[in-house]
Amino acid sequence: MSRKSRNPRSAKSRAHAPIFAALGDSTRLALVARLSRGDLCSIAQLTEGSRLTRQAITKHLRVLEHAGIVQGTRRGRESVFAFNPEPLEELKSYLDLVSEQWDQTLARLKSFVEDEPSP
Amino acid sequence: MSEDCIEKHIELRAPIARVWRALTDYREFGTWFRVRLEAPFVVGQVSRGEITYPGYEHVIWEALIEKMDSERLFSFTWPHAKSLDKATYSPDYSNEPRTLVEFRLEKTATGTLLTLSESGFEKLPADRRDAAFRGNEGGWTEQMKNIENYVAQKP
Repeated sequence: MSRKSRNPRSAKSRAHAPIFAALGDSTRLALVARLSRGDLCSIAQLTEGSRLTRQAITKHLRVLEHAGIVQGTRRGRESVFAFNPEPLEELKSYLDLVSEQWDQTLARLKSFVEDEPSP
Repeated sequence: MSEDCIEKHIELRAPIARVWRALTDYREFGTWFRVRLEAPFVVGQVSRGEITYPGYEHVIWEALIEKMDSERLFSFTWPHAKSLDKATYSPDYSNEPRTLVEFRLEKTATGTLLTLSESGFEKLPADRRDAAFRGNEGGWTEQMKNIENYVAQKP
């Protein structure tokens, strides 16, 4: 019951992408923060200033790519990565929805226990 | 961004025993949660019922009761359905990801402090998070108001 029509292929490719798990790592969070400025970055650029190896950074980028949070493309002989905000926006709106529904459900509980005197 | 848990605190002007009953008596729970439950909650057992929400009567409510620690903690896990749309809804939740819902109670000077938490969203596939949540789509907010009014008017 999507609220908007969705590319089935993109939905499928991310169907088992645990976004929270992908973000539950400080290196990956730093990579997302860097990429979310909107720049297209190469692995070399993203490794600069990090104590991690190029291989380690590449591995983290693949986790983020699998979760759909970043998108990798080839530019000549190197891979470049860009930020894709959509999964994070979806995640946020879903949590907002769940949160709002609990507010309403708890308000009903409140009315129920406060307005109905105990027999 | 690593927040994968919802937590709510609400002060209830009712004794802790009253709140506990509203949470754990299946008929009382069903009244404010809008679900017609078939049997009392039993720890370790699945509770099932029909959603009584207008437009979502085809949806089956299901939860596995985890803990009932008298007047302290009531918890269950429940599945997040792929779709609630009448055309595509499936009541088979066996392979659906589940989250943990916990109600914690504390006695206060004026009544009861209820802390609600729901956790485990990291297990939810990305496509699921965009789905309407247990009927929460469009008209839900409007329907909620009707129920609140109904409950408030009840003596």
